[in-house]
Formats: sequence, structure tokens, C-alpha cells
Amino acid sequence: MKRLSVVLSVLVLASLVLVACAPASGDGAAGGAKVIKIATQSPLSGGQSNVGVDIKNGAQLALEQLSGPLTDMGFKIELAPFDDQANPDIGVANAKQIVSDPAILCVVGHYNSGVQIPSSEEYHNAGLVNVSPANTNPRVTDRGYLEVNRLVGRDDVQGIVGANFAQGKGVASVFIVHDKTAYGQGVAEFFKQEAEKIGIQVLGFEGTEEKANFDALTTTIINSNPDLVYLGGMFDQAGVLFKQSREKGYQGMFMGPDGVDSPELVNIGGAALLDGGGIYYSTVSGPASLYPNTAKFVTDFKAQFGADPAPFAAQSYDAMAICLKAIENVAKSKNGEMPTRAEVTQAVRALSNFPGITGTFTFNGVGDPTSSQYFIIQVKSADPAKWSENAVVQTLDIEPPSK
Amino acid sequence: MNRFAGTVNLRELLRPVGQMLVFSLASSVVLSLIVIVLALIMDQTVVGETLLARSKVSLLTYTLVNLPQVILDGLTIGFVYAAIALGYTMVYGVLEFINFAHSEIFAVGAFVGVELLIVLQIYGMLEGGSLIGAYTWLIIAILAGMIGAGLLAISVERVAYRPLRGAPRLVPLISAIGVSFFLQDAIRLIESLTTGQFHRIIPTFGNFDERLTFGQIPIGDSVIALGIQVKSIIVIIAAVLMLVGLNYLVNATKVGRAIRAVAQDRATASLMGIDVNRIISLTFLVGGALGGAAGVLYALKFTRIDPFVGFFPGLKAFTAAVLGGIGNLTGALLGGIILGMLETFSGTYMSAFTMGAAGAEYKDIFAFAILILVLIFRPHGLMGENVAQKA
Repeated sequence: MKRLSVVLSVLVLASLVLVACAPASGDGAAGGAKVIKIATQSPLSGGQSNVGVDIKNGAQLALEQLSGPLTDMGFKIELAPFDDQANPDIGVANAKQIVSDPAILCVVGHYNSGVQIPSSEEYHNAGLVNVSPANTNPRVTDRGYLEVNRLVGRDDVQGIVGANFAQGKGVASVFIVHDKTAYGQGVAEFFKQEAEKIGIQVLGFEGTEEKANFDALTTTIINSNPDLVYLGGMFDQAGVLFKQSREKGYQGMFMGPDGVDSPELVNIGGAALLDGGGIYYSTVSGPASLYPNTAKFVTDFKAQFGADPAPFAAQSYDAMAICLKAIENVAKSKNGEMPTRAEVTQAVRALSNFPGITGTFTFNGVGDPTSSQYFIIQVKSADPAKWSENAVVQTLDIEPPSK
Repeated sequence: MNRFAGTVNLRELLRPVGQMLVFSLASSVVLSLIVIVLALIMDQTVVGETLLARSKVSLLTYTLVNLPQVILDGLTIGFVYAAIALGYTMVYGVLEFINFAHSEIFAVGAFVGVELLIVLQIYGMLEGGSLIGAYTWLIIAILAGMIGAGLLAISVERVAYRPLRGAPRLVPLISAIGVSFFLQDAIRLIESLTTGQFHRIIPTFGNFDERLTFGQIPIGDSVIALGIQVKSIIVIIAAVLMLVGLNYLVNATKVGRAIRAVAQDRATASLMGIDVNRIISLTFLVGGALGGAAGVLYALKFTRIDPFVGFFPGLKAFTAAVLGGIGNLTGALLGGIILGMLETFSGTYMSAFTMGAAGAEYKDIFAFAILILVLIFRPHGLMGENVAQKA
């Protein structure tokens, strides 16, 4: 017994020494070329990973295709992918790790606003710039952080766009459900406000974290007989709720925000979703094929990763392109010296009319793009493989609301 | 107790069916009366007026029209809870400790069954179209879930509990919590090997998603189609069969007598020539198999499973076991039905009775408040006095 404890304590000591050494040796290896890392954060595992992985892949593709000018200047550009698991706690823990690595100069990231908001507090404190390809909650930029920029629209517009579209389809009453996250509840509230304003009757507004048994909720929904069921949340919850509502006999229309934009939705919900009033979603990210300059991106993406890009992969490509461009601009002005985080942060905000594949980007004072596109899309097929063939029924260009 | 070995004991087959009928009816009637009385009281108040303004229906009509559907939904989930609760209560009856890993054994059963169906779907076996084929595959998937979960339960007992049998009671409890976490992450790891996604969706096949409609009731502007889904019927029938089978095993067979003997006094039972270790393994096998079958049924009813799917049903089933009186098989059945009913009733009616202030999301608060009340007045659970008859 005594010998065992001696062996154990030696092992513990050894591992402590190893842990202490590890970062030091890592820094030593970077001595040769000037290494610049760009981090991505998105859910790489779990229920939302099919979108999260493609956010990483889109960024990776951009890094491989567009880092040429920086490589020529003697830099070595590396991708540092992190898995936030769509979980705020894990996102923040990753963010702490990211800011402590001085080689990381830019973060492309987050799929969920609820994860981006706390994580970007860490980036803000460290002066590290974050270009978001997918986060729509107003608080993402309304905090006015110089470090936070996004490429897509905002939920306070998206909710309004959704409600107005619903009214145009003759919807007179709505039952709103949300998932209690910053994103889901946020967009649901904006939808509700606008619906009440334009005279759609709101029959219910309920938050739930439930992902399996919606029996009680669907009974309430059927009773109030809404023309529309709106879910502020993600596809993994929406698929189950919509499916169970149809099973209970609900024949009206379904609608959701960009969070339900994933082929998994029809994989879970099945063909019944398209019955009756059908299913629509508002989004800030149209199918990649919709944008004029994405043809090459879609081909390259398919060649490299073997499937059509999921929503937000093209935005992620642009986010990475913006990071690279800003770093390049700074490095050029310093004649090839290593840029600092503060300089890159300034350079991202200073970009004007940056030609991306999903649009031309100029950021306003808080980091919103000066104009964003909003789409209403109708789900056309219950086959997940045909998700990219969903019909765009409305496209709007709207400026962010000024405060 | 003068039973003849070899003859089928009809009384033990029919008794649990009778109990289930009585429990289901009694809890439906009691809860229905409560909500009807509440509706009568509140109909003329601001609560009723709010509903009238919103849905153009009086509170009483609303309550009455929804009752049949609520009772059906409550029974379905109640029987699932009961089937899981039996696993907790059997182990408690024999070993007097709470097997917190049971919720993960339930999850493993669900994954084994669903993965089997997914493989069958990939090979095109589910496409056939004939109903007999679909039901055969479903039964095979449930059996696979039972076997997988049962074997896992035995191994968990052998590895994590048997070495601790002499230790203070808290020690195996902590071990069970450890096993629970281990299994969650093990499922996560294995399921994410292929695609990075660790949730699974049960394939759509057969007529399980269809809905049998009995009639239509107009309510305000809306029309309620009263009906039940085929898969809810399957869940209820399967759960009833399992409960009857278990009851027969425990109360009318030689092995069952051995289980009861070990539960009453392990040392004396071993002196009477009963192989105690074998009986304990058997208890875990049966409890695990019931949990596994419940897992597959749960996946069938609710479509989507992930490694953490066992947590809430497990917690609720444990609650059901405590509510009924842990260690008592009939109690687990009663507790499961009551909890499922309470949850569905509160989830459906709370929104109307509170003018939309507290919706379906607060159903658990209500259900657990009732649990606390019951335990204050009956600390051993509803049927807890029959301690000598446990398992």
C-alpha cells in the first residue's frame, strides 16, 4: 500500500511538471516563422454540429484560399478551431483559452447568440477582434464593443420581417413558443411586439427547454387554434414540436427564425410538416447558391468536404476573409512586422466596401453591416438532401436600426 | 401462499391488470373532478373572462372538452414512468440502495433499439410496407433494447456495486452516480464517432405515427379532434404487458419467491440454499430490461434521443417510485400513473387557470409540489406501509 502511494505521488508530480512545461515548449516552436492564428468557435459536436462544423469548414476554406498575401510576407497562418458545443459555459472557457494565446489575432465565431454574448466579453477584455458570421441578437453589437462585428442582420429586424410576412399570408392569430435562450426568446419577443402592433392576435407566449415531450403544450396550442405557430429557437427543438403538433391534428402554418434553417428540421419532423399551412422561416443567410458570387465557393466546398455547405458556411468564409484582409492591411502598413490585436481590431472596423461572396461589407459604429439582407424561405421538400432547393419567397435589404 | 408449481396462476395475471385499471380510473376521476371544480369556481371570475375573450370559450367547456385528450396523454407518459420506476424499486427492494445509473441504462436501451432500426433502414428492410413486418421489427428493436440494457445492468452491478456490498449505504450510491456520468459520456463518445452528432432520430416506418380519431368536438372557433396515436396505444399495451409479466414473475414463480426471500432477509435466504448473487444479478437483469424497453418506447413516442435523454424520465420515474412507496412494485405503478397524470393535467390547464401567466413550462413545479405534500403526510409513500412485501 505504501509503495503504491509513493508511485502515485511520483506520477502526480511528473504530470504537474509536464503540464507546466507544455505551453513553454509550444511557444518555443513558434520561434522560426511568424505564426498568426485565427480561431473559430462553433458547435462541432452535438445536436447543432451539422451547422457548426460547416462554419469551421467555411472559415478553413477561406484560410486556405486567401492567406496567400500574408504567407508571401513570411507569416504562417494557422486555423485554431474550438468546439463551443452551443453551450455558453464551454464557449466562455474556450474564449479564455483563446485570449491567452498571443498568436491568435482574430476570432471567427459562434453560431448561437447566447454563446457569443458571454464569450465576446472575454474578447473585449483582451482587445481581440471577433467577426461573427451568424449571430443575430441585438445585444451582440448593441454593447458597442469595438472588437465585435457581424456580417448578418439583427433579430429586431428579423422578428419584424417575419411578423409582416405572416400578416401578408393572411395570418390573424399566432401562438409563440421560445427556447428561453438569449437568441430564441429575443427573436420571439421582437416577433410578438410587431405582431401585436400590426394586429395579429397573440394567443400564447411560452418558453420551454423541453426537447421531447410537448404533449401538454400541443394541447394548449390546438385549443387556441392559431393560424400560425412561431418558434423562437433552434431546429432540433422545432422539428420535434412541429411534428408533435401535426400529430395532434394542427393544420395551420409553422414559422421560425434562422435557427430552424437546417436540413435536420425535416429529418426530425418528416413530411407532415409540409401539410396544411406549410412551413416557412425567416433568415439572415440565404442558401449559398442565392448570392451572386458564391458559385466558386459552393463548388470548392463540395469538392473539399463532400457536401453542400450548410447555412452560414458562406458567411463564415467571408468572416475569415475579413480577418485575413485586416491582418494583411496592418502587416503591410508596418512593413511585414507582426500586427498587434489592437491594430487588427481597428483595421476590421476600418474596412470599407469589403467585397465578400455574400455581400459588400462596411461596418457601422457598433459593428453591424450598413445594410443586411433578410429572406423568407418556404420549405419545399421533406428530403433533407433537397434542403438547398427551398424556395426564397421574399428578399429584403434593410439597414440596421439606429439607436 | 399455497401455490402449485407448474400451473398458471390466473389470479396473479389478472390482479395487476385490475390494479392498473383502478389506478388509472381513480387518478383520472380525482384529477378531473379537481379541475372541473376549479373551472366552476373560476368561470365567472376574471380568469374565465380572460379565456372567453381570448379563445371565445367558457372555462368550463374548455376544461371538459380537453379532458379525454389530457387523460390519454397522461396515461401514456405515466405508463412509461411506471416501467422505468419498476427498475428503481426492484433494486431498492433487494439491495436497499438507489441505482442512479438506471436512467442511463434506460438511455442505452433506447440507443440500442434505435440504432438497430437505423441499420435496418439503411439496408432498406423497413421499406416493405406490410404492417406485420413493421410490428415485427419494432418488437425486435424493443427486445434488442431489453437485452442490451439488461446485460449492461448486470455488468454495472458486477463491476460497480458488488465489490461495495458490505460498505455503508452511501458508498454504492456515489458509485451509482459515477456510473451514471460514465455511461452518459460513453454513449456520447460512441455515438459521435461517425458524424460528430450524438443524437439519433428514430426512423419513420409502419403506421405508428397515424392517428385514430374517435370524433370531433367544436370548441369556440376551433375544433378538437379527439383521438389517440397508434404509437401511444403501443406504449400503453407494451407497458401493461411488461408490468403484468413482472408481477407474475415476482409473485407467482419460484424465482420470484427467491427474489422476495432475498429482499426480506439476505442472510437467511442464502442459508435456505438460495444463490443470493444470482438472484441479485437477475433482479438487475429484469429491472434493466424493463428500463431498456421503456427507452425504446420513449424514443418511439418522442422521436429524438440523445445521451442525456435518460435524465428527466429517470428523475421522474425515481420520484414516481418514491411517491408510490419505494421498494413496492404496486406503488411504482401507482406513482408512475399519478405523476404522468399530474404533469399532463398541470401542463395543459395551468395556462388557462393562471390567465397565461404560468404556462406548460411550469408543469414540473406543480407535480413536484404535490410530491412534497404527499411525502409530508405519508413519508413512506402512498403504498409504503407494505414494507414486508417489497419486491
